[in-house]
Amino acid sequence: MAIARRKFDAVIIGAGGAGMRAALQLSEAGLKVAVLSKVFPTRSHTVAAQGGIAAALGNVTEDNWHWHMYDTVKGSDYLGDQDAIEFMCRQANEVVYELEHFGMPFDRLENGKIYQRPFGGQSQNFGGAQATRSCAAADRTGHAMLHTLYQRNVRANTQFFIEWMGLDLIRDEQGDVLGVTALEMETGEVMVLQAKATLFATGGAGRIFHASTNAFINTGDGLGMAARAGIPLEDMEFWQFHPTGVYGVGVLISEAVRGEGGYLLNKDGERFMQRYAPHAKDLASRDVVSRALTTEIKEGRGCGKDADHLLLKLDHLGADVINMRLPGIREIAIKFAQVDPINEPIPVVPTAHYMMGGIPTNFHGQVVAPYKTGPEEVVQGFYAVGECACVSVHGANRLGTNSLLDIIVFGRAAGNRIIEDLKKNPHHKPLPADATDKVLARLARLENQKGGENVAQVGTALRKTMQAHCGVFRFADMLKQGVSRIGEVAERAAQTEIGDKSRVFNTARIEALELDNLVEVALATMVSAEARNESRGAHARDDFPQRDDDKWLKHTLYFSADRRLDYKPVRLKPLTVESFPPKPRVY
Amino acid sequence: MKELERARWRCRRGLLELDIVLQRFMDKHYQQLSETELQQLATLLDLSDNDLWDMITTRKEPEDASLWPVLRLLQAA
Repeated sequence: MAIARRKFDAVIIGAGGAGMRAALQLSEAGLKVAVLSKVFPTRSHTVAAQGGIAAALGNVTEDNWHWHMYDTVKGSDYLGDQDAIEFMCRQANEVVYELEHFGMPFDRLENGKIYQRPFGGQSQNFGGAQATRSCAAADRTGHAMLHTLYQRNVRANTQFFIEWMGLDLIRDEQGDVLGVTALEMETGEVMVLQAKATLFATGGAGRIFHASTNAFINTGDGLGMAARAGIPLEDMEFWQFHPTGVYGVGVLISEAVRGEGGYLLNKDGERFMQRYAPHAKDLASRDVVSRALTTEIKEGRGCGKDADHLLLKLDHLGADVINMRLPGIREIAIKFAQVDPINEPIPVVPTAHYMMGGIPTNFHGQVVAPYKTGPEEVVQGFYAVGECACVSVHGANRLGTNSLLDIIVFGRAAGNRIIEDLKKNPHHKPLPADATDKVLARLARLENQKGGENVAQVGTALRKTMQAHCGVFRFADMLKQGVSRIGEVAERAAQTEIGDKSRVFNTARIEALELDNLVEVALATMVSAEARNESRGAHARDDFPQRDDDKWLKHTLYFSADRRLDYKPVRLKPLTVESFPPKPRVY
Repeated sequence: MKELERARWRCRRGLLELDIVLQRFMDKHYQQLSETELQQLATLLDLSDNDLWDMITTRKEPEDASLWPVLRLLQAA
């Protein structure tokens, strides 16, 4: 079968903040850029980011990028790479002013400067008083950013391929990346998009968990493509959970509820947080509360017929307080939990929120892997930025407002790096003869499968397995079982069958292909988590409650082909300043 | 051809809240919509995520009053 082929200077998969910031840099430099997106660009998950973007502008209180760097290193539980963290924090002011110049509608102070607000984990003077570092556009910062970048890209003639799904990477014998195969949903055609630079900005993969705050599109497509092409995935055991997502749907119930006096109950009606955090109780930090909920469920004190959630009670606050201070929460509870919190408690569970791991890159956005001689060899022609990448600035735990900064700093840096790299490599390398063999075999398998299982059913099994065995608080026996269970799910996913075999807008096929990607992410997460015998940041082990820097101050690398793990050192040496050595993480 | 699949896919959004509400709406109402209502739905789906969510949660009203019938169904979904 002859497959159509198109050539570009750069192909970008994903049109969220990271992909669009990189695309803008490239298009404005006059390169021919294609950006593929499963959905319309302004409907990317960046739109859900509310908190703001961190930058030590010092508009409200004194601030300094070096303090921001310290907070980020500490927040990462010392697993973050300090060269990348210095790079990010030093560039923050510049990229924020650039966004302002692009027309992003930041909130303003009376003196006309960008308004900034305080946020958790941000300090002055290396762990001192609260810093005021988050630049925001109301509680819609991601939305404002995405729309601003989209408009600029349209002006710069970036070519968007909307409702296209990336399928697989194309690598040659040397391991260089030469582009991707992709599927146009409207026609069902597969096309080769040949590129001198291929950049992944496909976002997170929170849909591997039953309880997730992530939108349905977050299926880890870039990670799946990278893993199938022999690129390792880094630090996949580190997932940030939010303690109170609505049971069954994942929509967030903000901390404001507990701030106003709401509290958590188990099936005996006990206010159990008193046992876990006698002083802070329900206002203890996110990881503490999340672990407490998980322990209650594991020990049989969960609520409901499956004893699998807890209750968040706020009716004692009274209708007036709820209506006045928490109207959005009441709406969410009624709409998604079918309870009116004025009368009844809200069923909640810890909910997956953000993936710290991803495709390993350096701070230029180049993908690095130990595939030749060193542990961090540049994979020529391949770049990754944003949540799908692990650069690693978030390490074992991300600070709020650092994700929007991450996507802008490294989106721009990767754009600049590609411009430089293309000066040295101005020609397309020839495609290997077998460039499309594997992807066509994968599609043919799905086409011809007989007696296979339904995609939705396997997807549910995957999410339930991840939730039960690899959630917020991890137990040795559950992880061990989880590795074999998720392996079984992977086998079932390799034999899915779709009823609709037509070409035009076949969403059943798309969902089957998304499942292939979710499987790669789920396997990487489970295998990496089972092996890490310590607790660090978001990875909390019941049997190894302490951080163990002697044995585990290192990044995990997971290889899909043989489900093997390898490790590489954390980059503790910053670019210009002194290293922050690991210390106990106390707030 | 494949209008239902197309509409379903365009209900994939950046906000999980919208993903869920739109999915419920599609399951419950899509097959019964008239030609005019399908047009209205298309107009609503073209809105940005936050504008659409604000209208569904009644924080904002549509400028085009003809959108109300479908919007009411979305609000109830």
